[in-house]
Amino acid sequence: MSGPVMGEPGPGGRFGEFGGRFVPESLVPACQELEAAFSEAWADPAFHGEFEEILTDYGGRPTPVTECRRLSERLGVRVLLKREDLAHTGSHKLNNVIGQALLARRMGKPRLVAETGAGQHGVASATAAALFGMECTVYMGEVDVERQALNVFRMELLGAEVVPVSSGSRTLKDAVNEAMRDWVATVERTHYCLGSVMGPHPYPWMVRELQRIVGDEAREQCRVRLGGADPDWVVACVGGGSNAAGTFAGFADTDAALVGVEAAGGSAVGKGVPGVLHGMKSLLLQDEWGQILEAHSISAGLDYPGIGPEHAHLAAIGRARYVQAEDGEVLEVFKLLSETEGIIPAFESAHALAWVVREAGKAIPTGDTVLVTLSGRGDKDVAQAREMLR
Amino acid sequence: MSGPGALESRLRDGRDAGRKLLVPYVTGGMTDDWLDTLRAVAGAGADAVEVGIPFSDPMIDGPTIQASSLAALERGTTPLAVIDALAGADLGVPVAVMTYYNLVYRAGDRRFARWLADAGVAGAIIPDLPLEESGDWRLEAADAGVETVLLVAPSTPDDRARAICAESHGFVYGVGLMGVTGERAELAATAGEVGRRLGPMTETPVCIGIGVSTAAQAAEACREADGVVVGSALVRRILDGAGPEGAAAFVAELRSGLDGA
Repeated sequence: MSGPVMGEPGPGGRFGEFGGRFVPESLVPACQELEAAFSEAWADPAFHGEFEEILTDYGGRPTPVTECRRLSERLGVRVLLKREDLAHTGSHKLNNVIGQALLARRMGKPRLVAETGAGQHGVASATAAALFGMECTVYMGEVDVERQALNVFRMELLGAEVVPVSSGSRTLKDAVNEAMRDWVATVERTHYCLGSVMGPHPYPWMVRELQRIVGDEAREQCRVRLGGADPDWVVACVGGGSNAAGTFAGFADTDAALVGVEAAGGSAVGKGVPGVLHGMKSLLLQDEWGQILEAHSISAGLDYPGIGPEHAHLAAIGRARYVQAEDGEVLEVFKLLSETEGIIPAFESAHALAWVVREAGKAIPTGDTVLVTLSGRGDKDVAQAREMLR
Repeated sequence: MSGPGALESRLRDGRDAGRKLLVPYVTGGMTDDWLDTLRAVAGAGADAVEVGIPFSDPMIDGPTIQASSLAALERGTTPLAVIDALAGADLGVPVAVMTYYNLVYRAGDRRFARWLADAGVAGAIIPDLPLEESGDWRLEAADAGVETVLLVAPSTPDDRARAICAESHGFVYGVGLMGVTGERAELAATAGEVGRRLGPMTETPVCIGIGVSTAAQAAEACREADGVVVGSALVRRILDGAGPEGAAAFVAELRSGLDGA
C-alpha cells in the first residue's frame, strides 16, 4: 500500500485488504453521513479546539508518563507507563466518546447507543451522555453484567439504561450485535457510539484518530524524558484495539517496535483467519465454515473474537507484531504492578505488562526502554481478582 | 448474465399474469423435518422460497430468526448440508438462499457460487453485503448463473436505490421498515413508501420483506409492490411445532390473502 503507515484509509475504508463497510443497506446511509461529518469536523480547527478543551478541563488530560523505578530494576529494562488510568472515568475510553458525542450533536442526534465488555466504554459513554444531556443505552453481555456489576450500577447512576444481552456467548461480541440491531431501528435520532477501532468504515479510522491523542502525547513526553529519543518498544493490549491504535499512531513513523498484546483466549491475530463480522473484514476466530467462535479471557474487555482491521493490516505488513498473554500471568502482573509501583492496572492493561515481564531480558534486550500504555485502572477488577487469588 | 435467470423469470411470469408474489422463508436445518416443511410450504402457494443458511451472528435478524438459526446450528447444520439438501429437494419453485457474508467469504466467492449452482439454487440474498462491497461476489455469482438479490431500505436515497435496482437480479428486496426481522402488529408506513418508490425504477419484481406478518399485511404491502417475503411469522409457527402441515396452512392463508387483494 502506498501512503504513510496509519494515515487515511484507502477507498471504501480499506487498510490493505482489511476494513470496508459490510453493513445492511439500512445502515449504509448512516455510515456515509458519519463519514462525511467526521471528515468535515476533523478538518475544522473549532472542532479540535472544543474536543481538546473538554479533554483537558473535564477529562484531565494530558495524562502523565510515569517511570516505573522498582519494576524496571527488577526486570532490567526501563519501563515507562502512559497513564490512561488517570483520565476521567479511569481509562482511555473517554477520548473516543467525547469525540463521538460532539459528532452526534453536530449531526443532530440526541441519543447514543453503545456496547460494552468490561464496562469501561459503557461508563465513558454514559458519562459523555450526561455531560451533553443525551439519552444513552448500553448493551452488555449477561456474563459481563455479572462480573462487572459495579460498572453496571455506575452507568445507571450516570443516567444510562443498561440492557443485558442473553444471545450467543453473552459477552462483547453479542453486545455489538444487539447495539447494531438497536441502531438499525433508531438510526434517525441515534448515533452508535462504537467503543473500539472496529466496525464499518469510518469507525476504525475515526476511533483511531480520536485516540491518537494518547500516542501523540506519549511521544512528546518520552522525547522530553529520553533526551529526544523514542522508546525502543511501544506495547499496548488489544481487544478491538483502540488504545493500541491510538498509541501506535503516535509512533508509527518512529523506529520504535510496536507490540500489541492479545488475550491468549481471544487471539485474532494468533489464531484467527480473514473474515467479515460487525461491518468489517478482519482477522476473526471462526470455525472451518465461518461460524464465529467465542473468545475466552479473564478480562471482559478483551473477550472479543476479532481485532480492528488496521491491526490486521499492521500485522500483515509487519509494522506491528501481535503476541499473547495467558490469564495466569496477567493475574500475577496485576499483583506485581500493585506491589512494586502502587498502581492497580485493569486486567486488560495487565496483558501488555505481562508480555513485558515475560520477555524482559529475552525478546526485549536488557537495558532497552519500553513504553506501555496503561489503558485503564483496575478498580473494576478488584472483586474478581480477590475471588481468583483466594 | 444474459436475460433473467430462473428466479426472476418465474417471478416476472407470475407478476405479468396478474398474480401477487409470495416468497416464504424457512431457516435451513432448524428442525429435523425442515425439508419436508419447506416442500409443504413451496406447494402451498409460494412463487419462490427463501432458505436461510444459519450464521452464528445474524446481525439483521430479530429474536425469532435468531432462535431458528441457533436451533439449526445446535443440530450441527453446516452451509453445505443445507445446500446439499436443496439439491435433491425438487420443490417445484425456485430457491434463493439467505445468509451472511462470512459464510460465503470463508468458502470463497467462487466456490460458494458453484455450490449453489450445482445444487440448482437460483438466487442468493446476503444482507450484510451492500452494493459497494458485493462486486467480487456478484461477478462470481453471475458467472455461475446465480442471481444476486440486493436490498433497498427506507433510508436509501433515490439515486442509490436506482443503482441498486440496476444490479439486483431475481427480485429487488424492498426492506419494509427500519429495523431487524420480526413480526409487527401493523405494517409499517415505510413498507408502502418503499414499494411506491421502487416500482417505477425497475422492471425486476419488487418484493417487500421484514415486518410482513399476516395475510392482511401481505395484501396491504402488495398494493404498492409485486410481492412479499414472509419470514418470522412462518418461522415462529415452525418453532412452535406447526410441522409441515401447519406451516403449509399458514402459507395457504397468506396466498388467499394475496389472491383476494
